[in-house]
Amino acid sequence: MYRYDEFDEQFVRERVTQFRGQVERRLTGALNEDEFRPLRLMNGLYLQLHAYMLRVAIPYGTLSSKQMRQLAHIADVYDRGYGHFTTRQNIQYNWPKLKDVPDILNALADVEMHAIQTSGNCIRNVTADPYSGVAADEIADPRPTCELLRQWSSNHPEFSFLPRKFKIAVTGARADRAVIKFHDIGLRLAQDEGGRLGYEVWAGGGLGRTPMIGIKVRDFVPAIDLLRYVEAIMRVYNAEGRRDNKYKARIKILVHEKGGEEFRQAMEAEFALIPHDETAPVEKELRRIEAFFSPPAYEAVADESDLLTKSMRADPDFARWVRVNTRQHKAPGYAIAIVSLKPKGGAPGDATGDEMRALADAADQFSLSELRVSAEQNIVLPNVRKSELFALWQELRQAGLAIANAELITDVVACPGLDYCTLATARSIPIAQEITERFAEPALQEQIGSIRIKISGCINACGHHHVGDIGILGLEKTGAEAYQITLGGDPTESAAIGERSGPGFPADGVVDAIERLIHFYLGQRQDDESFKQTYLRLGHAVMKDALYAAH
Amino acid sequence: MPLIRDGRFVPDDWLRWPPDETAPASSKLIVPFDGLAEAADALAAAGHTLGAEISNDTDPASLVPWFGRLTLISVPFPKAADGRGFSIATRLRRLGYRGELRASGHLIADQYALARSCGFDTVEIPDALAIRQPEAHWLEAEHAMSLAYQRGYGALRNIISARWAAG
Repeated sequence: MYRYDEFDEQFVRERVTQFRGQVERRLTGALNEDEFRPLRLMNGLYLQLHAYMLRVAIPYGTLSSKQMRQLAHIADVYDRGYGHFTTRQNIQYNWPKLKDVPDILNALADVEMHAIQTSGNCIRNVTADPYSGVAADEIADPRPTCELLRQWSSNHPEFSFLPRKFKIAVTGARADRAVIKFHDIGLRLAQDEGGRLGYEVWAGGGLGRTPMIGIKVRDFVPAIDLLRYVEAIMRVYNAEGRRDNKYKARIKILVHEKGGEEFRQAMEAEFALIPHDETAPVEKELRRIEAFFSPPAYEAVADESDLLTKSMRADPDFARWVRVNTRQHKAPGYAIAIVSLKPKGGAPGDATGDEMRALADAADQFSLSELRVSAEQNIVLPNVRKSELFALWQELRQAGLAIANAELITDVVACPGLDYCTLATARSIPIAQEITERFAEPALQEQIGSIRIKISGCINACGHHHVGDIGILGLEKTGAEAYQITLGGDPTESAAIGERSGPGFPADGVVDAIERLIHFYLGQRQDDESFKQTYLRLGHAVMKDALYAAH
Repeated sequence: MPLIRDGRFVPDDWLRWPPDETAPASSKLIVPFDGLAEAADALAAAGHTLGAEISNDTDPASLVPWFGRLTLISVPFPKAADGRGFSIATRLRRLGYRGELRASGHLIADQYALARSCGFDTVEIPDALAIRQPEAHWLEAEHAMSLAYQRGYGALRNIISARWAAG
C-alpha cells in the first residue's frame, strides 16, 4: 500500500488548516455562500436534506485495517455509529456537525486519508478495479497510476474550477470492474508491441441524465506521457466545456457535440503543445510509487486446500458462500473474498462502526491487513489463504457479515435516495430492502444467477441504474413515487446503456414487476444462460412484456 | 477597482478603454482585444503603452502575433466558479507571453495561489469584494498551501522536486 511521505503528510495537514480558516471566514461573512460552496465541496462536505454529509475518499478503493478502524472511530464519535460505502469508492457520513468537520479531517489525516475533491467541479477521487494487484486476469496493477493521478490532481491550480465534476477510473485487467467506459476518462493498462506499459484511453463516458459510453481516444499512451495526455484532455475541456447549463457541462456533452474526431484532434493538438517533462524524474516518481504496490510475500502453497474441500462438504452454507463470494486470485492457494454489505432488509453499502472493526480484524487475521471497496458497495478481502476461508467465514458469520449474495439478485446497488438526499425524487433504500426480502431464499438466488439490479432515486443516476441488467429509476409523478425500469444495461467491457421499458410502477408494485420478469426469465432461459444472454436472445420487447404481464 | 500584486493592495496605473478626458497623453491603456488591430497604431503613435482585454473564449494562440506589443493581458473572471481563465493563462505562458497577466473580476482570496501558479501577476477585484476580503485575507490565502504536486506551474514548492532533492 502507498504510504505518505513528509510532503504528502504536510499537504493534507495544510489543507485541513486551510479549510478551518475557510469555515471561519464563512461564519464572519468574508466568504459568501456562493463563494464558500465550491471550497466546502472540494473538501467533501455537502449540505443534505437533514444535515451535512461528509464524503471521504478511499483512493482506488484500497484500505488498511488501521484506516478501516479509524473510519469506524469517526462513525462512532462524530456520526450516528455508521457510514455508507458508495459506488465510487468513497465512504459517506450522514450526520456530522459543521464544527466537527475540521477535527474529522484531522482524524483522517492521522491515518493518511482525506476528503479532498470527493465533490465539486474538480477531478474527483480516482477509482480502480477492486481486485487490483490480485486479479488473475490482470496485465498490471492500476493503483500506482491512480496514486500518481491522485497526487497530480490534488489542488490542481488549473483544473479546480471546471465546468462540472470530472471522474477518472483505471483498470489493469481484461475484465472491466472499474466501469471505465462510463467515466469522463477511463484508462486501461496495456502493452505496446515492444512490451512497454501504457494505457488505452477512453473519454466522454458518463451516466447521469444523459448516459453515454465513452469513445476510445487513443489506443496507446506510454506511461511516461500519461500526465501530459490527461492534462491535454483537461485543458480542452476546461476551455471549451459548456458553462451555460449545468446539465450539459460534463465532458461527454462536449465530446458528443464536437464529434469524436474533432475532439480527438483538439486534444492531440493541445498534447503536442505541452512541453516534455524531464523524463528521468517522471520515471523515478513512477518507480517510487510502484514500489509501494509490489505484491506481498505470498506463501508457496498448493492451489487446492483439503481443509477447504472438507469444510465445504461438511457445511452447505459455507459451501454456498465460497461458491458465491470468492473469486480467483493470481497466487496459487489464495482467494479473493467478497464481504457483502447487502443483508436482508438492510440499506445497501451501510456498515456500522462495529462491522467496520470486525472487517478490520478479519483483514488483520486473514488478508494481510488489507481491504478494498467495490463499485458494488461491498468490501473485498483481497488476500485470503484458501485453507483459512472457513475460519474467515466463521468470524464473518459472528459479525453478521457472511451474506452469500455477491453479484446475485439481492446484491442491489442503490443511492441514498429521498431518505437523505436533497436531489432525490423518490426513495431508493426501501425498494432495495424489499428486493432483498422478496428474493431472500438462497437457493433461488443461486438459481437466478449473476444479475445486477441498480436503483437511483433521481435522474442524476448515482445508483447507476443505466448499467443495471435491471435498472430502477425513482421519479415523482403527481405527488407519488413512480419507478421506471430499464433493461439490458452493462457496466463492463461489453458496455451497454439500459433501454427504458414502459410507464413507471408505483412503490408497491415495482418489486412484483421484477419478480414477474425474473420468473419469466427462469422459464425461458436455455441451459445456464445469464439474464443478459436471455435478454439479448429474446429481445427487449419480449422481456418488457413480461414486466407488464399482469397489467 | 482594487489591484492585488504580491499579496498587497497596490495602486493601478493602467486605464481601461475608453480613457476619460483627464487621462494623460501617454498612459497605460487596456484596450478590448477585438478593437486592438484597428486602434493599435494610432495609440502607440500617441505614446500609449498597450494592454489587451480578452474574453473567455478568445483563442490564446490568436494573441501570439501581439506578444511583442502587449505589456499586459487582462483575462476576465465573470464569477469565481468559472475557471476558464486559469487555462487561458496557462496557455498564454506556454505560448511564450512574458508580459503582465492580470485576472480581472470575481476571483476570491482562496483562488489567489492557484491564479499565481497559472501565471497571473495581478488580480483586479470589485470594491465590494475587497471590503469583504481585505488585504490580510489575500496575503494569508496565498500561503495557506506551501506545497504543490504539479510540475510546470509556478509559485509553490514542488513536492516531486523536493522528494528527489531529499532522496
